[in-house]
Amino acid sequence: MKKTGAEILLESLRQEGVEVIFGFPGGAVLNIYDALLKYAEEIRHILVRHEQGAVHAADGYARASGKVGVCLVTSGPGATNAVTGIATAYMDSVPLVVFSGQVPTMLIGNDAFQEADIVGITRPCTKHNFLVKDVNNLAITIKQAFYLARTGRPGPVLVDLPKDVIADTAEYNYPAKIKLRGYNPTYQGHPRQIKKAAKLIAKAQKPLIYAGGGVIIANAAKELTTLAQKYAIPVTTTLMGLGCFPGNHPLFLGMLGMHGTYQANMAVTNCDLLIAVGARFDDRVTGKVEKFSPYSQKIHIDIDPTSISKNVLVDIPIVGDAKNVLRALLKALEEEGPPPDSAKMHSEWLKQIDAWAKAAPLNYKNSSGIKPQFVIQKLNEILREMAGDNFIITTEVGQNQMWTAQFFTFTRPRSLLTSGGLGTMGYGFPAAIGAQVAFPDKIVVDIAGDGSFQMNIQELATAVQYKLPVKVAVLNNHCLGMVRQWQQLFCDGRYSHTIFELVPDFVKLAGAYGAVGMRATKPEEVEPVIRAALSTPQTVVMDFIVDREECVYPMVPAGAALTEMILL
Amino acid sequence: MKHVISVLVDNEPGVLSRISGLFSGRGFNIESLNVAETLDPTISRMTLVTRGNDQIIEQIIKQLNKLVNVIKVQDLTGTDYVEREMALIKVSAQSSSRAEVLRIVDIFRGRVVDVSPKSFTLEITGDEKKIQAVIDLLVPLGIMEIVRTGKVAISRVKKNGGNESSKISEE
Repeated sequence: MKKTGAEILLESLRQEGVEVIFGFPGGAVLNIYDALLKYAEEIRHILVRHEQGAVHAADGYARASGKVGVCLVTSGPGATNAVTGIATAYMDSVPLVVFSGQVPTMLIGNDAFQEADIVGITRPCTKHNFLVKDVNNLAITIKQAFYLARTGRPGPVLVDLPKDVIADTAEYNYPAKIKLRGYNPTYQGHPRQIKKAAKLIAKAQKPLIYAGGGVIIANAAKELTTLAQKYAIPVTTTLMGLGCFPGNHPLFLGMLGMHGTYQANMAVTNCDLLIAVGARFDDRVTGKVEKFSPYSQKIHIDIDPTSISKNVLVDIPIVGDAKNVLRALLKALEEEGPPPDSAKMHSEWLKQIDAWAKAAPLNYKNSSGIKPQFVIQKLNEILREMAGDNFIITTEVGQNQMWTAQFFTFTRPRSLLTSGGLGTMGYGFPAAIGAQVAFPDKIVVDIAGDGSFQMNIQELATAVQYKLPVKVAVLNNHCLGMVRQWQQLFCDGRYSHTIFELVPDFVKLAGAYGAVGMRATKPEEVEPVIRAALSTPQTVVMDFIVDREECVYPMVPAGAALTEMILL
Repeated sequence: MKHVISVLVDNEPGVLSRISGLFSGRGFNIESLNVAETLDPTISRMTLVTRGNDQIIEQIIKQLNKLVNVIKVQDLTGTDYVEREMALIKVSAQSSSRAEVLRIVDIFRGRVVDVSPKSFTLEITGDEKKIQAVIDLLVPLGIMEIVRTGKVAISRVKKNGGNESSKISEE
């Protein structure tokens, strides 16, 4: 029996095991939404309030669960609204499939109502994209889209669906296997390279592991932890890597880079062997490239060959899946002869790192007002006490994000969802919604700023409508804190358009959406507010009125060497 | 350094824009670009001439390989290959210079493809140096219009029969 394009789409999603779609309807996807009613039992649809929210929510769902996130948006503005979300997912290698409606094929290129060349627009910010022009190609295109999104270095894939293709009919046949002749990701590392890497590790005096988000994506946290522990190698991570190594482990140095810890930046500068795993030597990590880790030989494990020697030349590149390569590396290290007494061999190095850690630990100065770092520390404490490990943190972008990276202890992969590459304000709240959809029983908290939260605040309606008990902790400094910090440090304190003369009353606003609002204005109110919020089974917005002039330290100014840190 | 890169791609709409978008988006430059179908109508071959240091060329090759529609990338520079370019040159030919133009065409084994009372249109094929030499000789006589194809290139067959393999290595 023939099926319509809309039915083929939904059947295909069922085949792919899709349980939930985040979307927003419109004219071009009318038929899909109509067909969706028949599939309501199997495929849940979450109606967001803005397409950007749909993509971030699908992204949060994907990062938290490791599954492919799926969105459905209409043509034209629906699709262009989704672009920021797609670019966010692309920069952080998040598997998404975004379906966009399109005007009928005969109108394409006609400047039709709600037409946009979304395949052209998203070409540079998707892993790949498709325009389906014939209903007979629909099923295989969807199969390819999911395959591309979740394999190799994952990423978002957009499938553009003209209205007539969706209305047209064809025999439904979901292909069991597909092959793309131009796409063959390398999963196994080259044995000779791995052997060379093992030799370097065995003789290194001052080794350091620099782990990134790739470790989490490859589910390689266990292997990485084994490597570090067994051979007494200290670990620093990128923002995206937080959680891939236990944050409370004695070998953990914290995050490196622009707002990294003193010991992490000193260690990366002075190590004699840098083992980069699933990280891409981003400018926020390296600072001035010429002065980045100048005394080290470098091993770089990454599934994407383009990440290797892009910014920093490495000595031993290994292209492959982090989990496979680390396993092979551990095996090669065992075969390298009796394991050296690594703890003893590295004792001087570890002592030196310890001295750095004591010289300039993460800190802040207390005052009579609420310090944002204090709120995060309290959240960390109380969440652990109330939920154990059963929570997910999302952040917005800016100071809230950096303080979370510094002062929150992440011990589990996929427990921090944050926009690292694109740095998208407004990411955290919808991402928290997506994470809560994936894990209804976990406590999901978005650590936000008043600037970022307002960028997707409309999703409060989504959270409340679907009874998603997401908690938002707004570190409310009445300004765009990170830009204000840059203006303080680099523009002689000229606060050009970073101070909000009007900030809405978040408590009342929460109430207006049917959520619960709470406020703390004094340090002693912080703990009771957090406890009350975490015990409330509804969507809660916590409004913490914090010190406006607080800065994130340490800070490496953009373009400076990692050792040129501004300390507290 | 100048590199000639040969790329096999899916013969599909939008592929050219993926490639040119990659170059413009990442700040790589294209000196010339040539595309045409291969014997297999589902595959096209592009010949790209680009410039950059080793690190940039390595990135270009890796980034090209990363595109889903790219099947194979081969950096011909540094291997044994043949390259050709064609130019169509409309040159002014007054009675005093007509013989001179024809002599130049003859020396460079070109052809006259169009004639008018005051001009010749010439077809010249060769490597970049040869085309440049012809142009240099014709400029004093008055070139009215010129169009060049950009390079096409193909690897030479080794004497033992094997094909020169690509120099792409990810590791």
